[in-house]
Amino acid sequence: MKRKTSAVIKEHKELAKGVYSIILETLLAIEAEPGQFAGVYLRDGSRILMRPISVCDAAGRELRMVYRTAGSGTEELSTYKAGEELEILGMLGKGYDISKLKDKRVLVLGGGIGIPPMLYLAKELKKVGTDVKAVLGYADDQTFLKKDFEAVCDTYVASMDGSTGTKGTVMDAIKENGLEADVLCACGPMPMLKAVKEYAKEHDMEAYISLEERMACGVGACLGCVTKTVKEDPHTHVNNTRICMEGPVFDAKEVEI
Amino acid sequence: MNIGVKIAGVEFKNPVMTASGTFGSGMEYAEMVDLNRLGAVVTKGVAAKAWEGNPTPRVTEVYGGMLNAIGLQNPGVDVFIERDLKFLEDYDTNVIVNVCGHTVEEYCEVVEKLNGTKVSMYEINVSCPNVKEGALAFGQDAKVLEETTKAIKKIAKKPVIMKLSPNVTSIKDMAKAAEAGGADAISLINTLIGMKIDIYKKKFVLANKTGGFSGPAVKPVAVRMVYEAAHAVKIPVIGMGGISTAEDALEFILAGATGVSVGTANFSDPETTLKVIDGMQQYMLKYGVDDINSLIGAVG
Repeated sequence: MKRKTSAVIKEHKELAKGVYSIILETLLAIEAEPGQFAGVYLRDGSRILMRPISVCDAAGRELRMVYRTAGSGTEELSTYKAGEELEILGMLGKGYDISKLKDKRVLVLGGGIGIPPMLYLAKELKKVGTDVKAVLGYADDQTFLKKDFEAVCDTYVASMDGSTGTKGTVMDAIKENGLEADVLCACGPMPMLKAVKEYAKEHDMEAYISLEERMACGVGACLGCVTKTVKEDPHTHVNNTRICMEGPVFDAKEVEI
Repeated sequence: MNIGVKIAGVEFKNPVMTASGTFGSGMEYAEMVDLNRLGAVVTKGVAAKAWEGNPTPRVTEVYGGMLNAIGLQNPGVDVFIERDLKFLEDYDTNVIVNVCGHTVEEYCEVVEKLNGTKVSMYEINVSCPNVKEGALAFGQDAKVLEETTKAIKKIAKKPVIMKLSPNVTSIKDMAKAAEAGGADAISLINTLIGMKIDIYKKKFVLANKTGGFSGPAVKPVAVRMVYEAAHAVKIPVIGMGGISTAEDALEFILAGATGVSVGTANFSDPETTLKVIDGMQQYMLKYGVDDINSLIGAVG
């Protein structure tokens, strides 16, 4: 059940420049599904909205989220220490449907700060015996979470500056390594998601992508975070669906990005 | 101790409602908030037909508040009656439907369709800053506002609340115009028109360029406007704008509001409405207030 609740910070550390890993102790962890997110509230009362952050991992009562500082709000968050409490709203959104992916060959693709949610997905797929491989795209050699992925499945890396792995994007890494799959699951910047959608279409593959948008309520009430859809959306019937409710994970064929 | 109030003949178990657009139709928050405890659920704006709304980004945070330019995305009145109103029927609370339109005829079409339902009241949105045609156009000219109110009153079978814009020269004149048009009540404030610029991209943050400013930062403006409006008319006033605590709500009541709405604060804490109700009761107990009605307009 969705709720706002307080959580204790178990661990909080910087993984790469501006990229932080926070582990919270909360019962919401039990409900967390890959692809879902939680809203983190800040203590500074002038910052009234939650920051939507995807789930990077969940085990028992521990919920791990990895985020990048993108403004003064996330910068404030990055100063919070282990042992302190914070307020979160969760679990939000619809994640990946493991039952649809289970018996297929899956490539999970993460680009930049889109990498963290794919870790939990890869882990959950591995648990049910899925043939899963990960392809991670970084800007440079700050390869945060790479070791975590390597502990779960075969992991391929690309970097834009060529300092590690394939020079270029995750798509370049797929080609260079001749990776084959039935399904692509991806989270990352919009150009990457567009490339994934296109690649899946050309190769007649399934693809599921995680979208992001500026959000206010996170529960489908404000209609702030919509994306254009091919079919009528279930709420308004105007092909404008809510990323926080019907997403953030969508079948790439069904969204117009 | 009495916390019930009456607005245009409609009984409210307490003065606390949700502000339109911040609470969906209640459905979105029902698993977190017991709707039965609310004075009323005020729904998101509903038009005659479905509206797509504006391009994204539609929302952004600003200091002490936020800007929104949703553009009244809504499924239209038919789907709304079939789905949202049906859902609300199971709850023991007043349902106030916020009505929007591009033309007077469109407002009337929605009201006519709702006349046959169990809705308690209509709140007419003549103050949305994010829709190009209509909406705000009806709420910034006193004469047009009076005529619009008259046209809607002619067909409405439920009490009519005119929701006023703060983006006017004289809120008193607008309140009087609504009253002259026959409004049963007024509600204010809708959002203030704001803008945010991304200095790195040198671009507007919102696709719509401007957006409605709401949240705790707007409260002093809202309290002043509610005070002015309440002293300009005899009809009841529903006050809103930056309410996130019982203390905030009490300021509005002392300024002259009979009802109060929690808006943007629902996003900061879904249980804000319930906390406001509890806090009001605690205040009344502590300061020996037997009837909330004795506080209405009691400042001075």
